[in-house]
Amino acid sequence: MDDRRLRDEITPEPLYQRRHAIMRAAGVLPMIAGASLVGCGQEDASDQGVVPTPGYEEVLTPFESVTSYNNFYEFSTEKDGVAKLAQGFKTSPWTLSVGGLVQRPQTFTVEDLDAMFMPERRAYRMRCVEGWSMVIPWQGFPISRILDEVVPNGDAKYLRFETVKRPDEMPGMRGFSPYAWPYVEGLTLDEARNPLATIATGLYGKPLLAQNGAPVRLVVPWKYGFKSIKSIVKIDLVARQPTSLWMAAAPSEYGFFANVNPEVSHPRWSQATERRIGETRRRPTLYLNGYAAAVGSLYAGMDLHKNY
Amino acid sequence: MPSGEGADQTSPHRHSHVRHPARHERSRAVIQVAVHAGAIVPLSWLTVDALTGGLTANPIQAITTRTGTAALVCLVLSLAVTPLSGIGRQAWMVPLRRPLGLYAFFYASLHMATFAGLDYGLDWRLIWNTVLEKRYIVAGTGAFVSMLPLALTSTRGWQRRLGPRWRKLHRLAYLAAILAVIHFLWLVKADIRQPLAYGVGVAALLALRLPVVRGRLRSW
Repeated sequence: MDDRRLRDEITPEPLYQRRHAIMRAAGVLPMIAGASLVGCGQEDASDQGVVPTPGYEEVLTPFESVTSYNNFYEFSTEKDGVAKLAQGFKTSPWTLSVGGLVQRPQTFTVEDLDAMFMPERRAYRMRCVEGWSMVIPWQGFPISRILDEVVPNGDAKYLRFETVKRPDEMPGMRGFSPYAWPYVEGLTLDEARNPLATIATGLYGKPLLAQNGAPVRLVVPWKYGFKSIKSIVKIDLVARQPTSLWMAAAPSEYGFFANVNPEVSHPRWSQATERRIGETRRRPTLYLNGYAAAVGSLYAGMDLHKNY
Repeated sequence: MPSGEGADQTSPHRHSHVRHPARHERSRAVIQVAVHAGAIVPLSWLTVDALTGGLTANPIQAITTRTGTAALVCLVLSLAVTPLSGIGRQAWMVPLRRPLGLYAFFYASLHMATFAGLDYGLDWRLIWNTVLEKRYIVAGTGAFVSMLPLALTSTRGWQRRLGPRWRKLHRLAYLAAILAVIHFLWLVKADIRQPLAYGVGVAALLALRLPVVRGRLRSW
């Protein structure tokens, strides 16, 4: 038996919608948006949070692929070279400081995060801006749980995330680099409060490996992969829209929102299709990576061609 | 080493560093073999990696990248032959131009076949939409199309038949190289160092062709 198989047949769309409605009524939308708990056994796609692509099967991407094919420029721009170069990266001890415009700034150890915020299994699609995708079972929890703990002030509008900067352990940062390190990303406060916005500390039931952004990273599955910042040391609540590393590097190509959208091309390439790692045929890319039901309302009335 | 002096007075390649005709022939043959051996390294390496699972979790992407790089390297090397043989007065290098150009075309063909066949499953509607939406593909296709007549007329027969027009036609190699560099430049993210390096190389080789530069170099 292939235990990676999430579903044996495609759930008919109306059935999925009905199930969704029932669960919403029962107040378990965060669970759909998230996932079932680790070890629940049932591997049905809708319970996993992986809304199936119509006409396509959704299977978890093998652990070997998830841990050997990584975009993590602090180590290398070669996706198959990161795992090896990241082996010497020290992920313990580690602290995550959450501050800025909050009432109770706090510093958490990774152990604190796991104890206080109870990571659960959350399998999501991950769509890279380069045109490939995976389905990854994370252990994570909604960022809103951290926000409830630090209590943002009324003037806090955005979250600014920062990756650790350790050139000694991260060879991609050494010497001349066209990027302004450290890696920075951002979300609006509303985006961060959405139950789909996840802080992950593990995948496939194990703690995160260095190449996947150990020990703590962001997972925002409706946005292109580069938004899901890795190895986070700092989250600040701020009033002004933060400038991410990619916005600074190529402002006309990488915007603040970076929502997965087949209708909005990258200036130099189409985003209409993608290749799921492990598959040969391309598949269509879905609006908001298939999570429109959960996060679509965040962008109601917004010009997504302008706010790319 | 004995230099073989005295035996080279009748050699037509008096300016070459290798003076002994027999040794000259031998080193020519060695270099020919080395060029062929070097040019099939990317293909051999690709085959071994394909058979041993060494093509990453995204093998189609890996094949595309590797064949593209091999094509560009062979193309730039083929363009380097004429100016370098002129500056160093190494006429024996000239016959290396054709195999290098044909290897460039060979890898470019593999690159195109990977794109259309493996990546897009010969779905022509999807391919057409992609070509229209990705400008780097337009540049890359242009590079490939400009290499096509060069590969077809690469034989001695065509060289004879076309006479002086053959040289003119084969200047298309520069167009192919420029388009290939633009293709590379447009497909990378923010880090343009690699395509820029190839661009500088092609520009330098093109500059060496300019009569004014050639004259300077000769007097120098």
